[in-house]
Amino acid sequence: MKKKQYKGHKIERSWCKGCGICVEFCPKQVLELDAEGKVSVARPQDCICCKLCELRCPDLAIEVICTEPGTENGHE
Amino acid sequence: MAVKDYIRQRFFPHMWCPGCGHGTILNALLRAVETLGLKKQDIVMVSGIGCSARISGYVDFHSMHTLHGRALAFATGVKMSKPELNVIVPMGDGDALAIGGNHFIHAARRNIEMTAIVMNNRIYGMTGGQFSPLSAHGSMGTTAPYGNIDHDFDVVELATAAGATFVARTTTYHVHELSDFIAQAISHKGFSVLEVLSQCPTHYGRRNRVGGAVDILKTYKNNTVRIGSDKKQENPDLIERGVFVKKELSEYCREYDRLIAREHREAE
Repeated sequence: MKKKQYKGHKIERSWCKGCGICVEFCPKQVLELDAEGKVSVARPQDCICCKLCELRCPDLAIEVICTEPGTENGHE
Repeated sequence: MAVKDYIRQRFFPHMWCPGCGHGTILNALLRAVETLGLKKQDIVMVSGIGCSARISGYVDFHSMHTLHGRALAFATGVKMSKPELNVIVPMGDGDALAIGGNHFIHAARRNIEMTAIVMNNRIYGMTGGQFSPLSAHGSMGTTAPYGNIDHDFDVVELATAAGATFVARTTTYHVHELSDFIAQAISHKGFSVLEVLSQCPTHYGRRNRVGGAVDILKTYKNNTVRIGSDKKQENPDLIERGVFVKKELSEYCREYDRLIAREHREAE
């Protein structure tokens, strides 16, 4: 089975309150909090499209954009 | 539809504290609605008072923000007049089981088709950290500065004994399970109760020195197990997650319709 392909994180900065849940529970340590205490994508190349950050975010501030296997365009 | 199409974006960022579990429940609820393919106009969210109750303001469904503890009573009225709608009632632990305790058990007993989500953070967050009927024995609150001497309810046992025909429990750590259980609860043809352990880092976390949102989520990960796990035998303090009750029983609105139809026939 082909893997999902990572296209990027879409982050709503003004919604992020910097709780750090996404950073702590990312299985690949992709995310970090920046100088302003907001989420930033430090290691995008390591993202495996599990979307746990998107699902756990209490602020609905994260969207992980990945292509489904067999499709050309980004699937949100 | 994307998740953001189901919310009133003009009210974001929302008013919940950083790391509040209630936001994760909203997140999972939207995904459950998306999975079920429900239309916005087919859902009514009826809430009472408290941090949890604010959820009905953030969703772009029909919504009612009602009296403390009385959301199930308002929701019963909505469901009786429009049985075709999916009625979802988000409640806090105090809202559901202290102020609204009677409404809760009687809605369960009647088996009216609606979904009660008990967002259990074990404290009254909005009013400043008073203990609730779900605060554990010995836990701290502003009204229990030397520790709570009350014993807490077990929501699952209470709902089961009161007659709810779908009863489940999960946490805000177990997000896939959370949206799956919400979807199952909404689809169930009867009164559904879903208890979600939800972190309140601001009041419960600080007063009980259990750390921030991340620390409380780790306790959900480490202190809960799926129903039937062997670990529960070894450590009875572990909290079980899963679907505890799922049974069929005649539903209140359908019973009412049958009664009306029968009496009309006999009158003719």
